[in-house]
Amino acid sequence: MTYILKGETGDWETVIGLEVHAQVLTKSKLFSGASADFGAAPNSQVSPIDAGMPGMLPVINKECVTKAVLTGLGLNAVINNVSVFERKNYFYPDLPQGYQISQYQHPIVGNGEIEIDLADGTVKVIGIERLHLEQDAGKSLHDQHPQKSYVDLNRSGNPLMEIVSKPDMRSPEEAGAYVTKLRAIVRYLGTCDGNMDEGSMRCDVNVSVRKFGAELGTRCEIKNVNSVRFVQQAIEYEARRQIEVIESGGKIVQETRLFDTKQGTTRSMRSKEDAHDYRYFPDPDLLPLTVANDFIDDIRKTMPELPDAKKHRFIKDFGMSVQDASVLVQEKDRAEYFEKAAEGRDAKLVANWLTTELLGALNKGEKTLRESPVKASQLGALVGLISDNTISGRIAKEVFAEMFVSGKDPGVIVEEKGLKQVTDTGAIEKIVAEVVAENPDKVAEYKGGKDKLFGFFVGSVLKKSGGKANPGIVNDLLKKKLEE
Amino acid sequence: MTNLTNHTIASALAGLKKKEFTAVELVDAHIKASEAARHLNCYITETFDTAREQAKAADERYAKGVALPLDGIPIAMKDLFCTEGVQTTAASRILEGFKPPYESTVSGNLKKDGTITLGKANLDEFAMGSSNTTSGYGNVINPWKRKGDNKDLVPGGSSGGSAAAVSARIAMGATGTDTGGSIRQPAAFCGITGIKPTYGRCSRFGIVAFASSLDQAGPFARNTEDCALLLKSMAGWDPKDSTSVNRPVPDYTAQLKAGVKGLKVGVPKEYRIDGTNPEILEMWDKGVQMLKDAGAEIVSVSLPHTAYALQTYYVIAPAECSSNLARYDGVRFGKRVEGDNLIDTYEKTRAAGFGKEVRRRILIGTYVLSAGYYDAYYNKARKVRKLIWQDFVNAYQKCDVLLTPTAPTPAFAIGENTQDPVTMYLNDIFTIPASMAGMPGMSIPVGLSADGLPLGLQLLGKPFDEETMFRVSQTLEDAAQFTAVPSNFVKAA
Repeated sequence: MTYILKGETGDWETVIGLEVHAQVLTKSKLFSGASADFGAAPNSQVSPIDAGMPGMLPVINKECVTKAVLTGLGLNAVINNVSVFERKNYFYPDLPQGYQISQYQHPIVGNGEIEIDLADGTVKVIGIERLHLEQDAGKSLHDQHPQKSYVDLNRSGNPLMEIVSKPDMRSPEEAGAYVTKLRAIVRYLGTCDGNMDEGSMRCDVNVSVRKFGAELGTRCEIKNVNSVRFVQQAIEYEARRQIEVIESGGKIVQETRLFDTKQGTTRSMRSKEDAHDYRYFPDPDLLPLTVANDFIDDIRKTMPELPDAKKHRFIKDFGMSVQDASVLVQEKDRAEYFEKAAEGRDAKLVANWLTTELLGALNKGEKTLRESPVKASQLGALVGLISDNTISGRIAKEVFAEMFVSGKDPGVIVEEKGLKQVTDTGAIEKIVAEVVAENPDKVAEYKGGKDKLFGFFVGSVLKKSGGKANPGIVNDLLKKKLEE
Repeated sequence: MTNLTNHTIASALAGLKKKEFTAVELVDAHIKASEAARHLNCYITETFDTAREQAKAADERYAKGVALPLDGIPIAMKDLFCTEGVQTTAASRILEGFKPPYESTVSGNLKKDGTITLGKANLDEFAMGSSNTTSGYGNVINPWKRKGDNKDLVPGGSSGGSAAAVSARIAMGATGTDTGGSIRQPAAFCGITGIKPTYGRCSRFGIVAFASSLDQAGPFARNTEDCALLLKSMAGWDPKDSTSVNRPVPDYTAQLKAGVKGLKVGVPKEYRIDGTNPEILEMWDKGVQMLKDAGAEIVSVSLPHTAYALQTYYVIAPAECSSNLARYDGVRFGKRVEGDNLIDTYEKTRAAGFGKEVRRRILIGTYVLSAGYYDAYYNKARKVRKLIWQDFVNAYQKCDVLLTPTAPTPAFAIGENTQDPVTMYLNDIFTIPASMAGMPGMSIPVGLSADGLPLGLQLLGKPFDEETMFRVSQTLEDAAQFTAVPSNFVKAA
């Protein structure tokens, strides 16, 4: 669906590009052996290299290169055999060397593309401009002391992949879907944990507006937006703001802006005129990074199935809808759970139970799939009990509720509570006979042509059976009985 | 007993092995000499106490017959090498009191082989200078004087303290670093031998960086053999330095006496530069003749881009230095001058901590890397650098080594040559091209000027072919028979 912002002068189109910083999932930093773990005591994971001590030299962590290449392959992108680390020079206390080592003119990964899934079931292709490796800065803490700022260098030197999209997105929804898909891809690949609340994935959002069909407008960059929801809010606000500025006769100035999460607004941080001159130049401490084709091929062999491939397989093999398949593959954990639960079961039914019942219950309880009291094999077993007519769908809901509380196997619950479906025709025939005998007037009406009453008879039989009678058998026997 | 300070490293090692004297005696003799020569200001930090301790340990190893390759040899360590727990200043006030928690690979290699550091040698601040007059810890004085003139002369730079210490016989050898001539030029000024090996031969890990693509460590000693012994210990691949090269280190002393018969020695015509001291040109001709007499074939070669090397160097080196020195911001180590706010603290700290020459180069470097000037300066300089490198590659098609003067003048007096920085920069005109190309080079003393100052010649070699360079150096050394010593330090009987 086209996202149109109505202004006083007409309809406006929003153009969005994203720069996502994803921390490479490795034990140690990009250029030092210090740990890259999150959450340690301040300044406890700092080597002399990360602290920018005199005479210290960076040495590239091969694991980071491997994971950058793997991510590039996951983005269907060109891997550059030669890339160059450059120094981005600026002064700040949390930047110990006085420069950030990054890739500038020659990134390790070039053009690529990924598919994003939209709510209306359509799929859109978003271009990837590049992916490059760079080191993270430390963290300045301004709220620890009334006059002073503190610096924590644990993050200094952490490996980041900066993934830059083409300006291919046209709505907050598309931007959200892009971040969601990117996160799914890196999680599937195991190259980034994708935890936005811990900062291991951060977004810079570039937004501009234009009249449909017009040239690209001037963009503003909103820095460090840290959730999918905030990305969408920031775009919505920023696009409106820009339209208002233009329509009231103003001009958009290229600038960096900050997103205020409390108010949902953006504000100016610095304009292009104040922008740093970063004086990029090739880092003389590092040789150009060469990745041979053999190295790339070896990494390609380790590629797991990615969300889009999985999605297409689910649609093809299980006859699933695009939406259902998209929801299932969105999270690696979810897809894995599904595949495990669906093993030897009715996959479509498992998908239904997973997306509606289980995810609903988890959401309500604010739990993740990993914390689910119902294990994949148990959900599969439940679906199995439905499929082989041991219990009805209605009873299954009861059993599921009990499973979610106790974590017991569905078979045990059915056994304990005596919920096994009655398929014994003799027993059901008896109830059918009783119901017919108890309602002679209704039987007469039915026979007189009031077909709708059939539902009443079915309901009465099921009720009498305590819900355990197999509805199919009930149907058959009732029909026979009433036609006597 | 002869004065122990007159030994070469090779003869001292032989003496120690034969128990003619002990490491404690050897080290003590050099400490005494150092104390007597304090007016030269060779050391920023003396480490005599630990040196004595280490000498005792060396003697124990000699007694047990488990001596290390260079056990007990007292040396001076340029104060650009980080030494664990020992103040390392780079001759800058901004690093005053800085004690690194780590050891540079090169100083660690030497230590592992048994050398004993007597002190951290003075230098030009952050190795930026050609006369050791930019040090934040005072000038170093050359032990040599002009005949009949008591004026203090510079030892050259930037490794001035190292060269003066070896020349004055207060250390048997020393480490230096060479970015544009910082080993070769002071070696020439002080009448000793110094070698800058091929870029990548020695690890830069733990060496305070000046210009990373040029900086290279190397030794000083009083002859070729001692340089070969020290280089053997210092060199080698280091996984902690991505620019160090993984190839075996040969025994540099093995081929020393192989002579130069069959070798081709190139004489680059572009090095005959106007304004070069005629005595130096004459010495160059003499050197050519010596090698010819020893059986080498002399060939004339051309290095056409020589004239651009100096300008190119003064774009590349400051560019790298402006970035390398950004870390001295008063936040984590070294000097801090508190200001009203962050920017003020940065400015006050760096203004107080850096000397004039360092500030000048940071400004030049920042300028040549800035938007709008980058292509005109830095990028162009990189292109010219490639051409300079190509010159050498072409020349080495025709010859095995090159012979040139090391510096255009002998040592000058403190205060001379300082009217404008460019005059000072010209001092490195013969050494800079090989630095730009990453080629190995060395300086050897071959004679004295009319007023009694040592003159050096420079040998340049093919990449990683220090062995051939040493062979030629040994031949020149044998022919020149340079035995002069600084007047203040006449050999004791």
